[in-house]
Amino acid sequence: MSEFVSAVTDATFNEEVLQSDIPVLVDFWATWCGPCVQVAPVLEAIAEEHQGKIKIVKLNVDENMDTAMAYKITSIPALKVFQNGEVVHASVGAKPKQILEQELAAFLG
Amino acid sequence: MRNVIIVGSGPAGYTAAIYAARANLEPLLIASSVTAGGELMNTTEVENFPGFPEGIQGPELMQKMLEQAEKFGTEVLYDDVTELELTGEVKKVRTGNGQEFEAKAVILATGSAYRKLGVEGEERLSGFGVSWCATCDGFFFREKEIAVIGGGDSAMEEALFLTKFASKVTIVHRRDSLRASKIMQDRALANEKIEFAWNSEVAAIHGDPQVSKITLRDTITGQERDLAVEGVFVAIGFDPRVDLVKDQLALTPTGEIAVEGRSSRTSLPGVFAAGDVIDPTYRQAVTAAASGTVAAIDVEHYLASVNDTAAAHQFGVSNV
Repeated sequence: MSEFVSAVTDATFNEEVLQSDIPVLVDFWATWCGPCVQVAPVLEAIAEEHQGKIKIVKLNVDENMDTAMAYKITSIPALKVFQNGEVVHASVGAKPKQILEQELAAFLG
Repeated sequence: MRNVIIVGSGPAGYTAAIYAARANLEPLLIASSVTAGGELMNTTEVENFPGFPEGIQGPELMQKMLEQAEKFGTEVLYDDVTELELTGEVKKVRTGNGQEFEAKAVILATGSAYRKLGVEGEERLSGFGVSWCATCDGFFFREKEIAVIGGGDSAMEEALFLTKFASKVTIVHRRDSLRASKIMQDRALANEKIEFAWNSEVAAIHGDPQVSKITLRDTITGQERDLAVEGVFVAIGFDPRVDLVKDQLALTPTGEIAVEGRSSRTSLPGVFAAGDVIDPTYRQAVTAAASGTVAAIDVEHYLASVNDTAAAHQFGVSNV
């Protein structure tokens, strides 16, 4: 398990994501998705560099279908930023760190 | 300064690296930050790569190629090339992290990118039902009706894979016969979940916020009809990735990097190209690997000739 990106589940999603005081980026992923595995280290690096500003978590869609369906996930990796319980930014696909940081600039402080 | 920098990490790039490393050229391979391994990272079972009679998973094959390249001394950098200066004797390569590298030779193995349909709704619904990666996204279309656009091997492969999840897969193809290989055609034609929309092209993709239907246009009569689907998988081909070099190198009429005959030599000395970025026709893991071999050997010859020239200059000899 990675150090700066923790896993959330259907059971913990409300508390960890929706009730969070700071923005939370949720990485909807699966083990069989090549691009998901490729983007994981990028998210780890962003999480480490921006600790305290944004929380980054991952949700395994295989094991947590309820949450994946609730947010109508149809392509992964799906990256969604939640603020005060609402989706405020969404992005799909593995992207280089510089591009993700540009997209997320508003949340990285 | 380095001997050679390889840009790209598909079968062409890795194979070029294996050969260049074994020739003691100590290559640097720039693999990209998130798409290292190339197109095969998005495939499942690869059944036609020689030496693997039981088949091998695409990502596993690429991992093995990477290990083989590293074993002989290839340095791999996980970053994206953002700028190339190829005209001078010293080639300059800049990356997303702001690093700059210099080399005597460059091998471009940047592959190709999915071609888009270019229809209304495609961009807006990307990731909301429009997908370019069946292995990533098929899972989300359980018991749903979907469409696969295209008539080649990748379209058949995607359609067959998607039958594991979807209740019905409609293959939309512009002609009345498939371009795919016989074995893939037979499998698709025999599959109960697969239907065909022949002589049809996609005119528009509809839905909000998710895909709900597509409009098909008959390529002969021009008549339009709607098809209710929740997913659209686009597999209509690829375009060579030449953005970084198109102003510096000669291209073919179809947009690939132009090379001399069966070699990998581009229009600039010291610049070589291999794999899908030069190949509009075959585009297989094996042909890309072979093409990478050609590039590495061409680089070896090129470096030997420039080193000879340098040595000759040093000793005041001309006309070598």
